[in-house]
Amino acid sequence: MSVASVRPRSGPRRPTKWVTIGLFLVPALALYLLFVILPIVQAAYYSLFKWNGLTPLTEFIGLKNYATALASDAFATAVGNNVLVIVLSLTIQIPFSLALAVLLNRRFPGRAVFRVLFFLPYVLSEAITGIVFTLLLQPGALVDSGLGGVGLAGLVQDWLGDTTIVMLTVFVIVSWKYFGFHMILLLAGLQGIPRELEEAALIDGAGRWQAFRFVTLPLLGPTLRVSVFLSMIGALQLFDIVWVMTAGGPLGASNTMAIAMFKAGLKNNQMGYGSALAVILFLCGLVLALAYQRFVLRRDIEGAVTAYNG
Amino acid sequence: MSMGSRRRFAVLIATASIVLGACSNGTTATVAPPSAAPSTAVAPSVAPATPAPSASAAPVTVEWWHITTGDPGKSVFQGIADAYTKLHPNVKINITILENEAFKTKLATSLQSGQVPDLFQSWGGGIMAAQADAGVLKDITADVASWKDTVNPGALSIYSYKGVQYGIPWDMGMIGVWYNKALFTKAGISAPPTTWDDFLADVGKLKTAGIVPLAIAGKDMWPSMHLWTYLALRIGGGDNLSKMIQSGDWNTDACTQAGEQVLKLNALDPYQPGFKGADYNAEAAAVGNGKAAMEVMGQWAPSVEADQSTSKKGIATDLGWFPFPSVTGGAGAPTDGVGGGNGIAVGKNASPEALDFLKFFSSVENATKIDTNNFGLSPIAGTDSAVTDPNLQAVLAGRGKATFMQLYLDQATSPAMGTAINEATIGIFDGASTPQKVCQAITTAAAAQ
Repeated sequence: MSVASVRPRSGPRRPTKWVTIGLFLVPALALYLLFVILPIVQAAYYSLFKWNGLTPLTEFIGLKNYATALASDAFATAVGNNVLVIVLSLTIQIPFSLALAVLLNRRFPGRAVFRVLFFLPYVLSEAITGIVFTLLLQPGALVDSGLGGVGLAGLVQDWLGDTTIVMLTVFVIVSWKYFGFHMILLLAGLQGIPRELEEAALIDGAGRWQAFRFVTLPLLGPTLRVSVFLSMIGALQLFDIVWVMTAGGPLGASNTMAIAMFKAGLKNNQMGYGSALAVILFLCGLVLALAYQRFVLRRDIEGAVTAYNG
Repeated sequence: MSMGSRRRFAVLIATASIVLGACSNGTTATVAPPSAAPSTAVAPSVAPATPAPSASAAPVTVEWWHITTGDPGKSVFQGIADAYTKLHPNVKINITILENEAFKTKLATSLQSGQVPDLFQSWGGGIMAAQADAGVLKDITADVASWKDTVNPGALSIYSYKGVQYGIPWDMGMIGVWYNKALFTKAGISAPPTTWDDFLADVGKLKTAGIVPLAIAGKDMWPSMHLWTYLALRIGGGDNLSKMIQSGDWNTDACTQAGEQVLKLNALDPYQPGFKGADYNAEAAAVGNGKAAMEVMGQWAPSVEADQSTSKKGIATDLGWFPFPSVTGGAGAPTDGVGGGNGIAVGKNASPEALDFLKFFSSVENATKIDTNNFGLSPIAGTDSAVTDPNLQAVLAGRGKATFMQLYLDQATSPAMGTAINEATIGIFDGASTPQKVCQAITTAAAAQ
């Protein structure tokens, strides 16, 4: 009965609904295809050629560019550096941001000032950050004389010139630039957690650490997982600051995948090889993102999907 | 699911932005399509185009990209363009000024998209050859035939490829050693060294006197590469070096011995603190501030040293120049040079007006302005007398005496080879490589071309 009464109405409505959805999707879909899918397909196509970017595409070499990349020590260093930055970001940068967020979530005078101060580096452009720190890190410049001034002259290093130090220097600069962003993200997450929950835990006899560990932290989970995700993707794409500060040097010690790609494609006119590196970088990002989504973000996503269907 | 695909979308965008980023450098200057000359204005390309000044002639726009971002060069170029358009009111010269690195990136993407500027900065050599092979340059051999003899032949040859002229130089210099006379005196050195052994001895004297003998730039790599090239040139000679470039076989005595001489230099610990991470500006600042006694550099060194120095004046009259010393027993002549400069390449769609402007630009009157304003050494005959600076006169004398002139190695070869040579040679200055490894690395890179 009800079926019969609904059908006549929903019958004509259904196509209208899909047409509407389709119409709304077309502009975004067109842009997406044109500026995202097409360049990826193009890059994948170019990567099968030996091509200097100027002559016609004639020299088809199959997967040789990929073989070259995988056999290259320079690219191996680049991948290693990306992995290093990801690991350091997760073990140092995010916990540091979390600690600051927890601290700034308490009430104390001047809290707003500190929030702004810590967030400021994120507002600076990467190129400016790179140039400023390059100047500060010159031998005998502010960083060195500052360390000397507080009696730590023994810690002075050739910050950007020592192949064993340079990547750590870069990591510190990158962290300085982005910790404020993660701090704000986590702070927003913390503010969404009702204070009563922690209070209840404290009343029930939990210590401050226990209340944080077993009440606040689990509730902060979704924010933390997004923060970790953004940090990983950012580390994977690391380019601007490193390019400005070291251009991947000295002796390739601070190469990243993005720098290797840029050098090959736009410095060396090896468009085919550069495209192959771009595809590898893309696949790394894709695999990382999908795996993270599948194994880590699933809980968060399922919640969202349920809410949507309900 | 919708959340999932949205995230994936975000990742795709994030990742693809790198792919896309490679295709746009974010500069805001727009690329105007090269103007097709109206058919009425097209003169036969064989005849030198000299359209009579006439307000009624069809309007023509000439796109000119150059990288002279600083004054006085920027204003001089603008002035020459203004003078030309005053004589030829129908011609509009659209100047796009780009910073060196931005220019290279933007030009590469523009050439790929077929939007070729009529006139653009070029260094000749390997990149120009690749552009010529890609068919984006115009054969101007016949167009410039009437006046090309006014150009220094060595400089002109850098802008020809397979017997075809594609561009015209406006600056041609030679790399040599710039030194601080006061610091030399302080170290007890009475005259600049003429042999490599003397050079090493002087480095030792400077070191003993507590002076940094030599500034190089490990981040930018090319300054020390020039030093290495000179050693290979002095040891092996010009013919030998040309053969290595053409055959791609660098496993030669000249190559390994050049590296061995660098090791001798390294043993004296001659470079400025932090040289491994230093860029060229830092190198110039070291010399310009009197903190280092020497740098192996081209004719632009005095102006960059001044610009990068704290005083903005450099070391002024303390600055001297001497040709790279000869290596005892080497096959190369002491007058052989490593040099290069700047020029203008002509795009495939260039109108006769563009070529006429190039001729106007290369006239003695206009070319002299390059010398009088100290932003280059014009290769046009009759301009040498405009150079008054004794150091630049020395460079010019060196240029005039050179029986063999090697274009900068990283420009004479393809860009990929240039990078390979730079990366290989810096390794030995950094003390991380050996002479044999350097030669093998360059040979391997050449084989992959």
